[in-house]
Amino acid sequence: METKTLTKQPQKSGQKVDKRFKILEVTMKRNHYRQDALIEILHKAQEAFGYLEPDVLEYVAHALKLPLSRVYGVATFYHLFSLKPSGKHTCVVCLGTACYVKGSDKILAALQQELGIKSGETTADKQISLLSARCLGACGIAPAVVFDGEVTGKQTAENVLEKIKNWQQHGEP
Amino acid sequence: MNLEELLAIQKETKQKRQQKPKQIRCCIASGCLSCGAESVKKSLDNAIKEAHLEQEVEVLGVGCMGICGRGPSIEIDPETTLYHNVTLENIPAIITSLNQTKTSENLPPQGDLNHPFFAYQKLIVRENSGKIDPDNIDDYIAEGGYQQLHHVLLEMTPNDVIKEVTKSGLRGRGGGGYPTGVKWATVAKMPGQQKYVICNADEGDPGAFMDRAVLESDPHRILEGMAIAAYAVGANHGYIYIRAEYPLAIKRLEKAIQQAKRYGLMGSQIFDSPFDFKIDIRVGAGAFVCGEETALIASVEGKRGTPRPRPPYPAESGLWGDPTLINNVETYANIVPIIREGGDWYASIGTENSKGTKVFALTGKIENNGLIEVPMGTSIRTIVEEIGGGVLDQGTVKAVQTGGPSGGCIPAHLLDTPVEYDSLQKLGTIMGSGGMIVMDQDTSMVEIARFYMDFCQEESCGKCIPCRAGTVQLYDLLTKLVERKATQQDLDQLEALCQMVKDTSLCGLGMTAPNPVISTLQYFRDEYVSLLQVT
Repeated sequence: METKTLTKQPQKSGQKVDKRFKILEVTMKRNHYRQDALIEILHKAQEAFGYLEPDVLEYVAHALKLPLSRVYGVATFYHLFSLKPSGKHTCVVCLGTACYVKGSDKILAALQQELGIKSGETTADKQISLLSARCLGACGIAPAVVFDGEVTGKQTAENVLEKIKNWQQHGEP
Repeated sequence: MNLEELLAIQKETKQKRQQKPKQIRCCIASGCLSCGAESVKKSLDNAIKEAHLEQEVEVLGVGCMGICGRGPSIEIDPETTLYHNVTLENIPAIITSLNQTKTSENLPPQGDLNHPFFAYQKLIVRENSGKIDPDNIDDYIAEGGYQQLHHVLLEMTPNDVIKEVTKSGLRGRGGGGYPTGVKWATVAKMPGQQKYVICNADEGDPGAFMDRAVLESDPHRILEGMAIAAYAVGANHGYIYIRAEYPLAIKRLEKAIQQAKRYGLMGSQIFDSPFDFKIDIRVGAGAFVCGEETALIASVEGKRGTPRPRPPYPAESGLWGDPTLINNVETYANIVPIIREGGDWYASIGTENSKGTKVFALTGKIENNGLIEVPMGTSIRTIVEEIGGGVLDQGTVKAVQTGGPSGGCIPAHLLDTPVEYDSLQKLGTIMGSGGMIVMDQDTSMVEIARFYMDFCQEESCGKCIPCRAGTVQLYDLLTKLVERKATQQDLDQLEALCQMVKDTSLCGLGMTAPNPVISTLQYFRDEYVSLLQVT
């Protein structure tokens, strides 16, 4: 089991040792393979891999000497961890109270209709992931929407749709 | 580092700041950054260089100035001219105006520092906010930073510190309002070598961003406050548990910790005293329940953030079973001024049972969005109508929501209520961490109750049934109401279920989840009734 998990990683990217596993290894080493650093390590893993694929979870569990159930339990408990790959672009609509009373629910509804997906899903062409956030703490500029990590304020359904269309037009097929 | 060195840095930094006759302070906290403050600061820097004004003008990136709804904001000293909504097109005009040449065109809208928004505030927690560069420890030291830590370590006993904090009457700013001095004394009394202090920076309430602004604007203030707390309770290790959603605050805290270490203000034998103290940052991963102290501790230990029954309280058995002091960001931010000015001074501000000031995140359908700090006892009307400038588009206030998903709504006719822990509780809401959301005549209160219930059912950790199943049932009943499919029987059931979830849940999340429903039912029952199906 142990060797199986370990030999798995270099195979993933062919002949070379996967750079992403290296990043993960360095992070774990920096945390002295401490079991209480699991959440920080999963953050780093998600940053490197884009999402937490089963291989990665197994790898982390093995390295930290934790039962896989515990690693899965933590990965699925917290909202920010994703076990599914995300799209090329991400659009996060803030649904905090300030944004909500200023109509962010309408923005989300418009996006869901336009993209044909629900919040938390990715379009079939893997172009756009639509997400909602509980509160970004940018209430002063509500309603706020995050496009690929960039927070923008005072949004309306119209200009959000325009932005999305831009992505769709300029995205690779 | 010793006191002389600290004072020398203070003097040097002050002199350095005074060398240049003009200073442009540019807000680089999250609110303004998301309106383009970064490019504004960059082009200001460039423009100063091009105009060869480097010797006369200093451009300084600073923390939050408060009026987040009108960012990016800049302030020019010594005239203290405040500009809002600064765009790149305004930069040349701003540079020209530095030479007093009148060029009214192209200047951004000017803010009025005598406006009630600023005039009614009293800054204690936010005294350095918007004035110092949060990335530069010298700036903090220039404002007297770390002198109180020195004072505490070399001239006070832990007991003296606790006495001072108790005298101040400070109550926990995370929402519970538990007397801080009592909490510190409890942890201090616990036997055992290993103790911890934790800063709860998991500001999960939707509509609240006070802690974020404090951390982004003045991170050293929190470090100093935590170090003083650690000394008082006998801890040598601290954790800051912070939301992953606040990357800038995390970055600034990390930098602040590094700088403090380099200066020997953190680590072993601080100020050559026997006191050792270090702080680690723990980043959350998006779980509202982790604001609850026992769940937070589980999360710091790297586990699922599920709460456990109390007692034992963390003060007796917290992180890894050791006595642990947990306070919120704003509570720690109050410590330095309390030590500096004395507990009596702090107790002279505010009301009988709620001392000092409180920072609120004033948002919603209101003219002046942003952060405010007011003395306890200020009426909600003053906050909404004077400081907040009233409702947007000349609308009317219908209700003010405080305390987020654990709180409730204050109806318009009770706006004269002073802001205090107890007075708000009497109205069926809570102070909470300080979110204050203004709702206008167009807001449906049933929809708002449903909105919060949606939040709670998703955020329930699932450990106890009343919360896990109860919030879902409450949400379904509210949906039925909104869709006009509910009967009187459903409404009765809604009320009964609220009470049950409140009484039988394991932790604060479940116990308070029904509050928005209960409070809107209390003040806006007619809205619920009007949605009932006619039978």
